[in-house]
Amino acid sequence: MIDYEKIQAKAALDMRPSGIRKFFALASEIPDCISLGVGEPDFQTPWSIRESAIHSLEIGRTKYTSNAGLLPLRTEITNFMARKYDLHYDPDQVLVTVGGSEAIDLAIRMLVEPGDEVIIPEPCYVSYEPITTLTGGVPVHIQCTEENQFRITPGQIRNALTEKTKLLVLSYPNNPTGAVLRHEDLVGIAEVLKDTDVIVLSDEIYAELVYGNEKYESIASIEGMKERTIVVNGFSKSFSMTGWRLGYAVGPQKLIDTMTKIHQSCIMCSPTTSQYAGITALKECDEDIKNMREEYDFRRKYCVRKLNEMGLHTFEPRGAFYVFPNITSSGLNSDEFCMQLLKKKNVAIVPGTAFGNSGEGFARISYAYSLEHLQTALGRIEEFLHELKGEE
Amino acid sequence: MDTNKLIDLLIDDPRITVTSLADILNESEESIDGEIKRLENDKVICGYHTVINWDKANKDHVDAIIGVQASSERGFGYDKIAEKIARFPEVSSLYLMSGNYEFFVSVNAKTMREVADFVGEKLAPIEGVSGTMTMFVLKKYKVHGVALDMESEVKDDRQIVSA
Repeated sequence: MIDYEKIQAKAALDMRPSGIRKFFALASEIPDCISLGVGEPDFQTPWSIRESAIHSLEIGRTKYTSNAGLLPLRTEITNFMARKYDLHYDPDQVLVTVGGSEAIDLAIRMLVEPGDEVIIPEPCYVSYEPITTLTGGVPVHIQCTEENQFRITPGQIRNALTEKTKLLVLSYPNNPTGAVLRHEDLVGIAEVLKDTDVIVLSDEIYAELVYGNEKYESIASIEGMKERTIVVNGFSKSFSMTGWRLGYAVGPQKLIDTMTKIHQSCIMCSPTTSQYAGITALKECDEDIKNMREEYDFRRKYCVRKLNEMGLHTFEPRGAFYVFPNITSSGLNSDEFCMQLLKKKNVAIVPGTAFGNSGEGFARISYAYSLEHLQTALGRIEEFLHELKGEE
Repeated sequence: MDTNKLIDLLIDDPRITVTSLADILNESEESIDGEIKRLENDKVICGYHTVINWDKANKDHVDAIIGVQASSERGFGYDKIAEKIARFPEVSSLYLMSGNYEFFVSVNAKTMREVADFVGEKLAPIEGVSGTMTMFVLKKYKVHGVALDMESEVKDDRQIVSA
């Protein structure tokens, strides 16, 4: 009899399971449960994008593309980045990946050796740590605080740097907090890193979803940072294309070349149909992005107002499509709050702790839902809070 | 008040309650009610429409689109003749067009006979109308932005994933 526990790679077995998944496995067993938990857009992929994918199939574009991705797509990606973020790259510095997730995986595996340290500001998206540990790297967590609107500070990074630091993950606009770094934060971080060999993995998947008048600013656009930054972005959130699995990485040529080498061995190339769709998205869909962003922005303001009115202190997130209310006034911890809300009111939200220890005292609410759905769900949360007060 | 958003919400769902609108727009119910009344009085909101798939309703219904050639009148342009056409209750929409026909008239009736009678006895005899072309609607696929009878797009089928 094979002992399957024993034969598996220890690093794989020890990977931390996703707290989001764990919680929703419970939620899925509850009938009539309504969710504010999903981390993907509710909009359909714009029709022009879908239509161009269908057309590519009709005329028989069904073969592999080059490993790095179609040249016209990589060219459009460089145009898009120049137009939107004033980032200037050559198409050879672009690797088209299977979603932003693959780009994150490749960047970490290309750089991190056993014992290398990866600085991961928390709360954050759940995949950086498991991939780091899978390569034998050591995650170094920095706790971001509500007082600082969940922005990492240059001082915190300086304190975390050691001789073993290989990589700094920056994930802004942030999932789950919605935080966005300011210009002075970026300049400060650049100052800390300028005399080091530390590479920045800047996960900018939500960069198109920044609200207010300020434009999104990438760390790579700060002087001295382009040469030490791998920018990861993709189509999932900005164009509502999660299921197409299309993302990309751009960065220093030699790093992208090595990532491409790993990519060609384990993926070959990103899905051809999705790549053709991606060209249309980048060329023709600025207006679609704008419309979706306006709708998200309206919902964002609605959620922040309602949550604050019902006594859950919620800072105004500047990006992504999440709000991250402070739930400590309920007297419960994150897991208890979400579990009781699920059991008593059939509403599923994600405990902040799913995104790291610094998420304790918070919960993630996604507003990638219709206003009607948000009204119903937030109404139930309000009832839940009233009943909690009544019990005191 | 964000009047444009109010209008968007009403376009999306004319049956939305004032309570719900007040909640979404962060206004009192009284001011929402007042603003809707103002929009109605000012003819910004001119009506609330129900989209019917007549193929499925158990009621006789025929739609026709009629191209009308007409000449304009000094001092009035096409306005006077348009008013004459528009007053007929059979006419559901009326547009002044560029191209070979001056007007496109859309007509709702119970039977093809009724449409024929309307064209022959009411529309064509109007002074200034010099020709008509009647086209009967065979099937409607999309009305007021609503797709009828097409395979509908999937509802929210987002899965539990770690995102």
